[in-house]
Amino acid sequence: MSAPASLERPASRHALLHSPGWTGALVWLVAAAAFVLLWQSGPGLAAWAFDYPRAWQIPAVRWIGAAMKWLVNDARLGPVTFTEVTRFVAALLDVPYRIALSLLSTGFLSGQGSNAVQIVPPLSWIGVTATMMLLGLSAGGPGLAALVGLCFGFLAVFGQWDSAMVTLASVVVAVPIGVLGGLLLGIAAYRWPAFERCLVPVLDLMQTIPVFAYLVPILFLFGFGPTAAVVATVIYAMPPMTRVTVLALRGVPPELRDLGRMIGCTRRQMTWRVMIPSARDSLMVGVNQVIMLSLNMVIIASMIGAGGLGFDVLAALRRLDIGAGLEAGMAIVALAIALDRLSQAYAAQAGKAPAAGQGGGFAAGHPYVAAVAVLVATSAAGLLLPAVQSYPEALKVSTGSFFSEAVRWINVNFFDALEAVKNALLLNVLVPFKRLLAGLPWPGVVALLALAGYRLGGVRLAVFVGVLAFLIAATGQWEKAMVTVYLCGISVVIASLIGIPIGILATERVGLWRWVQVVIDTLQTLPSFVYLMPAVMLFRVGDFTAIIAVVAYAITPAIRYTALGLQKVDPRIIEAGRAAGCTPWQILTRIKLRLALPELLLGLNQTIMFALSMLVITALVGTRDLGQEVYIALTKADTGRGLVAGLAVAFIAMIADRLISAGAARQRARLGLD
Amino acid sequence: MIGSPEKKLVCRNVWKVFGAGANDAMAPGHPPPSQEYLARHGLVGAVRDVNLDVSAGEIFVIMGLSGSGKSTLVRCLSRLVEPTSGEILFNGENLLAASDAHMIQIRRHRMGMVFQHFALLPHLTVLDNVAFPLQVQGVGRTVREARARELVDLVGLSGKENFFPRHLSGGQQQRVGIARSLSVEPELWFLDEPFSALDPLIRREMQDEFIRLQSVLRKTIVFITHDFDEAIRLADRIAVMKDGAIVQAGTSEDIVLNPATPYVAEFTRHVPKAKVVKVSSVMRAAEGQVADGPTISPQSTVSEAAPLFGQGNGWVAVVDPGGRPVGVLEREVVIDLMMQG
Repeated sequence: MSAPASLERPASRHALLHSPGWTGALVWLVAAAAFVLLWQSGPGLAAWAFDYPRAWQIPAVRWIGAAMKWLVNDARLGPVTFTEVTRFVAALLDVPYRIALSLLSTGFLSGQGSNAVQIVPPLSWIGVTATMMLLGLSAGGPGLAALVGLCFGFLAVFGQWDSAMVTLASVVVAVPIGVLGGLLLGIAAYRWPAFERCLVPVLDLMQTIPVFAYLVPILFLFGFGPTAAVVATVIYAMPPMTRVTVLALRGVPPELRDLGRMIGCTRRQMTWRVMIPSARDSLMVGVNQVIMLSLNMVIIASMIGAGGLGFDVLAALRRLDIGAGLEAGMAIVALAIALDRLSQAYAAQAGKAPAAGQGGGFAAGHPYVAAVAVLVATSAAGLLLPAVQSYPEALKVSTGSFFSEAVRWINVNFFDALEAVKNALLLNVLVPFKRLLAGLPWPGVVALLALAGYRLGGVRLAVFVGVLAFLIAATGQWEKAMVTVYLCGISVVIASLIGIPIGILATERVGLWRWVQVVIDTLQTLPSFVYLMPAVMLFRVGDFTAIIAVVAYAITPAIRYTALGLQKVDPRIIEAGRAAGCTPWQILTRIKLRLALPELLLGLNQTIMFALSMLVITALVGTRDLGQEVYIALTKADTGRGLVAGLAVAFIAMIADRLISAGAARQRARLGLD
Repeated sequence: MIGSPEKKLVCRNVWKVFGAGANDAMAPGHPPPSQEYLARHGLVGAVRDVNLDVSAGEIFVIMGLSGSGKSTLVRCLSRLVEPTSGEILFNGENLLAASDAHMIQIRRHRMGMVFQHFALLPHLTVLDNVAFPLQVQGVGRTVREARARELVDLVGLSGKENFFPRHLSGGQQQRVGIARSLSVEPELWFLDEPFSALDPLIRREMQDEFIRLQSVLRKTIVFITHDFDEAIRLADRIAVMKDGAIVQAGTSEDIVLNPATPYVAEFTRHVPKAKVVKVSSVMRAAEGQVADGPTISPQSTVSEAAPLFGQGNGWVAVVDPGGRPVGVLEREVVIDLMMQG
């Protein structure tokens, strides 16, 4: 599943700003000396540099809390209050959600609560599975149909059907809204550059701020329940669609725009008849993203009452019921894989355009007719045969106890080994590094970051980075931010140490790359929640567990970007190297890795973004960082606290992103790759 | 200023200057800026002081290398690109003074354009692509599809109506582009390097197809190309562009026989004269010879007349379309011209 941030930006104007080697080294030397001096002179001389004084703090928590209170209680839009508007939106969203839920899960009920009587049963499990398989057949052929059937069959057999359908209902409602909203925002940004200039920073922020942080305000405005979860999901899934739309519209050949004007299209005709259809292939990529992000978010949003699979995982995590949690987690995986492959097949099909009179029989040619027929037939049969309506209890398989036993067995037999690894790492690497970071003086760190910004991207970047770093300190988040940096830093280092060699190995052997690609594609499909389960099972709660989960999640971009970067190296240069008599090792280290450096840096950037977004979720297993702060704020419904900590995470992400992007741009310019 | 009645399209002092402050440089009362002036102010003169007139039914070719401003000029003519100054008279009406709504009407009903990279809509079939301009105008399905079918027939793509663009070859795609541009029966037909993206063999075939279409349709055509041979093959008149300005305009024969600048001469050097020079330019008056052998029209080129000298005859009679003798083409003249290369 793609991580929130893909903040690649065009090369900075100042990318070429670098002075000859020795002055550069001198600047860094002086800065480092000053930093060490400040650090070692110790708290005795300048205590304020180590612990940001309370008196200087910006009371952002209070401000945001007050603003939220005002928004909820007093804000008015004309004759109605703001809350009434948001509650109205929630009620509006509730309608399609109820319909989707009734169709997929509960059936149509009459009456309230426990007195409710089902008048029409929900769609039968066979019907839904068959429909999905038919869609798979028409989009991607028999192979895809089989895969989708397998995934949905898995849900039924392992007793996850009901929860999965609740989750699916949320996705079904959120995706069209997310796609349409992203599309409209993208069109607006494409049409009015001024609007785009305002929108881009908001999108950057939305994609880096942890989702937990905006769950609280949504809770206040939209209430607790599935509709609020849908709102959160839409907000989470919309930014990538917006970006994709802008890029896709920009990618439409200028001749097509000329054509539209030449034949006298009105603005509306131009947008909907010429631009959007021409950009369709790229837009479908965005739709796939929205689906996958929605699924990820629906699971996280179970905390504000979405129910479904996410709730099952969360509940299992809380009572440490490994087996149940793992089962629900695997159900999420099955659902994710089915939805991902289906939407990708549709995207690919949009690119191909239907060939006239293709084979595959009636079902492939008329998937919708066939699907409706199957649904009607199975629903009718379901009235007579309960086994058709809902998967028979007797045939359900539960692997929960098996997994619980397996984990117990591992823990009984390997406890000492696992514990030894964990403790060794904790004592020798994690704790010292954590202490080191916690002991650094904040003005020194801010100054060093600003200097790095200046060296990499000029004054504007220096100011941007410096101000963000200072704000983290000034809002009283420095200590927790350092814990976040420590967790994220260690995870990124480990992920890179594992991921980059895998990427290198995979490009050196073509056969291997195909397998690696399947694996990382699948790993990216998985919602971040899933990664927590095995880590918790083996290492219980704590920093180490968090790091394992983060590494597992963040390793995919490290592998992918390494492989892509190496594959993109101009083969003629490699040939030249071979002709000059380089050994394979020399070709790798002297040519490929150097030319792939910008790409490797972007991979590092993405690894950091993935790590940060996962880190927030690991708050559930008891870290002591900003993520935990956000999570606590969520449980206490404290908007100010959550948003301030969330913004601090976003700031860390943006600092890393801007510095690394500037570095990558500089490298690219130096290598003449642009 | 009103163009003379047979002039379909007239350009007067058309400028297109890109860059901040372009409008100041072209403000009324400001002397026309030189290249140096533009460069000094960071401006680019994509189209500089272009004057041309296109007669009804004529193929007017604008020839220039990439960056010469020919594509910008043709977009200025339909106001896809807004000229910085000047006048563009279409049937005597100044397009630069037309309102946006009026301009849309003109483009919808009286202009058609063919694009270098075809600009077909990927999600529409051949038939829907051809019918698209009519659909945009709100023409009903049956009417527009009937019209589109006619055009698909005209460009020789019958049977491929339900194909999608990506299933067609480049040449076929451009046939769709041509059919689409003709669907509104335009008076003025713009072709922006229509054959440049095609393979040489296909290009030749499409040029023949274009000549065939024009013999049926008799449109007023502005044809853009970077290929001088193509220009000579197709044009009634050619304008050669360089750095945004027209360096020479005239018939192919004028340009090949009397290149105005060394730049133009560079193009014409390798053009076989016999293929350009018309019989009427080199024939001499008839002196009572009796036309009993083969005859040739004064509009033919010398190289077309050459095979008639195969039997060793010393001259061929030149007769006008009415069959009246207007002159004599002599063997020595033909040989001389062909020897010049």
